[in-house]
Amino acid sequence: MRFPLPQISALHELRRVVVTGAGVITALGRGWKINAEGFRAGRAAFRPVTLFDVSRQRAKSAAEIDLPDDLPPTRLSPKMTRRVHRAGRLLLLAAHEAWTQAGWEPEESLPVVLGTTSGEMSCGENYLLHAVSKPESQKKQPTRVVQYQLHRQGLDLCEALGFQGPVTVISNACASGSNALGQAFQMVRRGGATRVFTGGYDALSHITFAGFDSLQALSPTSCRPFDRERDGLLLGEGAAMLALESLEHARGRGAEILGEIIGYGAATDIHHLTQPHPDGDAALAAMSAACARAGVTPEQVDYVNAHGTATPQNDATEAAAINRWAGYRATSLPVSSTKAGIGHLLGAAGAVEAVVCLMALRGQWLPPQAALDAPDPACRFRIVRKPADARINIALSNSFGFGGANASLLLRRWA
Amino acid sequence: MGVSRVFVSGLGAVSPAGWGVAVLGQALDKDEPIPAKSLPRPGWEKPLQVRPVPEPPGRQEFLSHPRLRRAGAMAQHTVAAALEALGGAGGSARVGVVVSMLAGVVTYTRRFYEEVLRDPATASPVIFPETVFNAPASHLAAYLGSTAPNCTLVGDEGMFLQGLALAAQWLEEKEVEACVVIGVEEMDWLVPDALRLFSRQATYSSGAGAIYLTKNSEGARAELAAVTDSFSMTLAQNRLAAARNARAQLPLEAPGELLCASARNLPRSDAAENAAWQDWTGSRLRPKAVLGEAFAASAAWQCVAACDAIRRHGFAAANVSVVGANQQAIGARFTNAELFS
Repeated sequence: MRFPLPQISALHELRRVVVTGAGVITALGRGWKINAEGFRAGRAAFRPVTLFDVSRQRAKSAAEIDLPDDLPPTRLSPKMTRRVHRAGRLLLLAAHEAWTQAGWEPEESLPVVLGTTSGEMSCGENYLLHAVSKPESQKKQPTRVVQYQLHRQGLDLCEALGFQGPVTVISNACASGSNALGQAFQMVRRGGATRVFTGGYDALSHITFAGFDSLQALSPTSCRPFDRERDGLLLGEGAAMLALESLEHARGRGAEILGEIIGYGAATDIHHLTQPHPDGDAALAAMSAACARAGVTPEQVDYVNAHGTATPQNDATEAAAINRWAGYRATSLPVSSTKAGIGHLLGAAGAVEAVVCLMALRGQWLPPQAALDAPDPACRFRIVRKPADARINIALSNSFGFGGANASLLLRRWA
Repeated sequence: MGVSRVFVSGLGAVSPAGWGVAVLGQALDKDEPIPAKSLPRPGWEKPLQVRPVPEPPGRQEFLSHPRLRRAGAMAQHTVAAALEALGGAGGSARVGVVVSMLAGVVTYTRRFYEEVLRDPATASPVIFPETVFNAPASHLAAYLGSTAPNCTLVGDEGMFLQGLALAAQWLEEKEVEACVVIGVEEMDWLVPDALRLFSRQATYSSGAGAIYLTKNSEGARAELAAVTDSFSMTLAQNRLAAARNARAQLPLEAPGELLCASARNLPRSDAAENAAWQDWTGSRLRPKAVLGEAFAASAAWQCVAACDAIRRHGFAAANVSVVGANQQAIGARFTNAELFS
């Protein structure tokens, strides 16, 4: 029963939430190892877009993924597998890695909480093209309808790994992935579930690329978050999935623990549909709420994975918010945006960047930012520019989206 | 700390019956399908048959808000339903917003993609931001001046009930002081065109329904007593099994209670729900049979109708059954706040 809620205990009795599996796919490659190497080195993975025609767009590049021809073996039939499109494939690849790493077995009820901005948008595009160009033909149209629906990818995930869900899909623009992880964290923390499978995914699509290009939010040069001369973001695609479970449950089955989620905060910026308020009040509120929930002060945070899209307004707002939140700690606080390497993954961003934080916490290194010429003087914090080992105990990940969706996650090293 | 109670402090609806809960109730009392209207379908001589929201009785005052002047029907219906539910109780920075939908902001998305196909270099930057799923929720939060958590859930009809449970969680954890939960869909030829591929008899409709949840029992329309688990429709748990599992989490029939079902009066799609609830011999409402299929909005209308029936007809409780299009079966239970206070 979802409501009445399971018995909610006082704060000191809330469950600790640990990550026992993580899977990731980005333009840097498929899997934890190759991505960890790429993020540690500060590699960039942009190239000219090949998935659709961008000859009439201002921007021409994105962090495209070379998808493997085959998916890993799952319980999906060959026919069902063939129907899984690009976004669903990204999700399944990340999910399979996380599932395998966690060593989870299917059970009847295993909640899935996903974040995405557009799911299988290319199926919607193809539906419209077909409906207009061949109005009397229904060939493949039912499949396009089904695959376009955001929950379909979640149900395919359940079928592939042999469990029943339930499936919840959050679409809060570019904060979707963080909101999904945050909601999953809350479910385990308050006892509503022992395990939750959560993450985010998004594939490049023509409509999204053209949309960001129409807003002149895409960079015609390079993605340089927090740079004085930054001129926009570059899009990417990818997915990350995390196996969350209560510490008690993980210990009970002898699972390897990759890290701990200790805080989550969300707030809404009502200034404008696409532009954040320059003061960054909502970002500050999200970061502060995550810290309050974790009982952590900014002085205890060792690294911030910024939302850092490289648009002039977003970065100025986030810089103001981090400056205010961190206070005197700001001048020594390491911050970077890994979007400089893999682009903006939209609904996948929050989940992938949480995995980057886990990698940094486990490896004890700071993810350098792949591109930065001259830091914006508005940034009082230190932008990580070169690969470096470091003692990191707690990392914070920010995600901010259209519609004013602001979310922050706090992760702690498991030692 | 035990779970405290959650009350339904307001209801709102925009539907093919008109603007407001009162006209929705009148249409459901009458229990006759609202006449369908024609909607042109490009490339076809024969139009689609749909049940759209009629024109509002007058210019909506909220349209003067800067965020809503260019917002489409989806945001307008969201705000109208929410404001009716709030009944002037807005104005707090801590009102949470949960919006659920299936198809998304289809009209603007289609328009933008058509512009992209013509020439992406001239596609409108004004339209694109309105295409994101959470645009309606964002506009509502801006209108209310609320910086509290705001979430858009996407899925079939059952997602509205998941939204009720999320709102209850936020209330319990004091993330919000109150929360308005909305289910909304809009009218564009693409959606009934797609629906027709799965059911020739179903008639697509559009609109929104809203439920305002608080911890305050004073003047409450009903109490949210339960939201069941969501049971996915998978190969191992088919539609009937999912419907039965959801039904099993709600109480057996008792005198003076109502069932508000998701049946459309279409035997094939109704079979699972009818079988799961075959033991129910008491009063039954079927809003979809009157209003048509509007996915998330339909589930919202079911819940609104259930609470409205408790208030107007004195039911002791109302169970809501949602057996969705292709994702989940889920249920909710509302009780008479006065009887159980």
